[in-house]
Amino acid sequence: MLAVETRDLTKDYLLGFWRKRPRRALDQVNLQVEAGQVFGLLGPNGAGKTTTLKVLFRLVFPTSGTARILGKELDDIALRFRVGYLPENPYFYDHLTAGEFLNYAAALFGLSASERRLRTSQWLERLSLQDTVGLPLRKFSKGMTQRLGIAQALINDPEIIFLDEPMSGLDPVGRREVRDLILELKRAGKTIFFSTHILSDAETLCDQVAILNRGRLQGCGELGKILGMSVAATEMVLEEPSAELLRQLESFGCARVRTGDLVRVEIPPEAEVAAVLKVAVQGGVKIVSLNPVKMSLEDYFLSQVAPDPEPAGNGRAPLSSG
Amino acid sequence: MLRRLATIALHTFKESVRERVLYNLIVFALLLIGAAILFGSISVGIEQVILVNLGLSSISVFGLLMAIFIGIGLVSKEIERRTIYNILSKPVSRPEFLLGKYFGLLLTLVVNTAIMTGGFYLALLYQKRRLDWGDLVALEAVYFILLQLALVVGLALLFSCISTPVLSAVFTLAVYVIGNFLSDIRWFGQETHSPWVERFTGVLYYLLPNFSNFNVITRVAHGVSIPGYLLWSNTLYALLYVSILLAGAILIFEEREFR
Repeated sequence: MLAVETRDLTKDYLLGFWRKRPRRALDQVNLQVEAGQVFGLLGPNGAGKTTTLKVLFRLVFPTSGTARILGKELDDIALRFRVGYLPENPYFYDHLTAGEFLNYAAALFGLSASERRLRTSQWLERLSLQDTVGLPLRKFSKGMTQRLGIAQALINDPEIIFLDEPMSGLDPVGRREVRDLILELKRAGKTIFFSTHILSDAETLCDQVAILNRGRLQGCGELGKILGMSVAATEMVLEEPSAELLRQLESFGCARVRTGDLVRVEIPPEAEVAAVLKVAVQGGVKIVSLNPVKMSLEDYFLSQVAPDPEPAGNGRAPLSSG
Repeated sequence: MLRRLATIALHTFKESVRERVLYNLIVFALLLIGAAILFGSISVGIEQVILVNLGLSSISVFGLLMAIFIGIGLVSKEIERRTIYNILSKPVSRPEFLLGKYFGLLLTLVVNTAIMTGGFYLALLYQKRRLDWGDLVALEAVYFILLQLALVVGLALLFSCISTPVLSAVFTLAVYVIGNFLSDIRWFGQETHSPWVERFTGVLYYLLPNFSNFNVITRVAHGVSIPGYLLWSNTLYALLYVSILLAGAILIFEEREFR
């Protein structure tokens, strides 16, 4: 069973005071997230990541299309016992303390008083908030608020956790803690669906990613496949090559960067690597290394979200597999 | 469902009792009740009438202010600060959330009215040096004040589902004021002999909540007990009207998007 599935999910917001004009926030988005995976929803600001999550939690309603979580309809209240949600830039009640708020969140799941106490203290400690006992939430820093947001999303021990920009506002230590927590949750068999525009986080954590841009799904699939299949170039490092050899290599369209005695030559994907290598060997130069340069998530992301004057009709890019 | 509703109501109660404005209003109300003793002492022969009139009016006015100012923020503050995302992502339906908010504020108002009523009886005790069973008639007026407050919170909740906090306060106050003069407005419509005006004021009369039916302070101040039928009819009227207001608020809130 799929953990999350959306079919042709479309959302138009009506803008304007007198004459309402629709602005498309999501355009026929198809997602399929397998259970037990860490799924990253990537995209620049305004791409539709938060809208996707809000649709999944019925905070906004889709204009067309459908979505299911764990095979259930979104309006099934029983489903909420099995999911957790951290909204983007969360905000909590000023007058409560972290413990009181977690206790309130746990009470909404109908947990007993002793269970609420146990889980509250567990999560406060797990997210390094145990020292905030007695401190009202209005005095919390952004990082502390974010950590509390994660704790309330996990208080019911959910099967799927939806995190909207979980690293936002966290210092390096906090980000590391959240990364470790996500991996720990994955090891415990949970599905994690998170949105981010911090690509290094996605690269470190995700089994599968989807890239949204202007409401359209630009690419979706396993991170390894997306990045592994795409060799951006081949890098060859030469030691003290002659000027004549470098001129010959330029004819293949190779770019070069000199660092001391070493010259890094970038062979473009359209050039024949064997032919370039043959020229270098014949030139009698010492070849220090020869490596394929795989596309980083950042390269892939930038190639997908680049301005596209004529976007594809169904919102799917060639690399799309989900 | 009831358990979740009670959890939200209790949380709303805790949230409301931590509002500073609430304590300011209670202090003002108690001061005014205290001042009623002074006004009573300079009104020879009608000391008690003045005290009961002023005391119960203070409870009514300050209760109304609390109901409006906390009531309009019940939902709008949750939306504005996005705290509602955390609640609606839990196993809480929108009607449960709204009803929990409503009953939470109602509980706050009942507790505050009880405190102000306590202050009122202390003032009465100070003036009369003793209390007797006849003084309990003031509780009937307090009960009617609570019914009014239940209606006002319902109105504030409904308006805050469709409008901004400031406009909600204006609308709620406007309906409250008009609702106190509905009989006069209807009479005015009949006197104009214009079928259009008459029809309009007639619609207003039946559509808006009739708050004047709940105002029995003067009667109680003169020691006149309220007839049983009025007690029942006002209770039923308030229950029915609050149910309609809450049903309307729920219908609107079910369709609301939180962008």
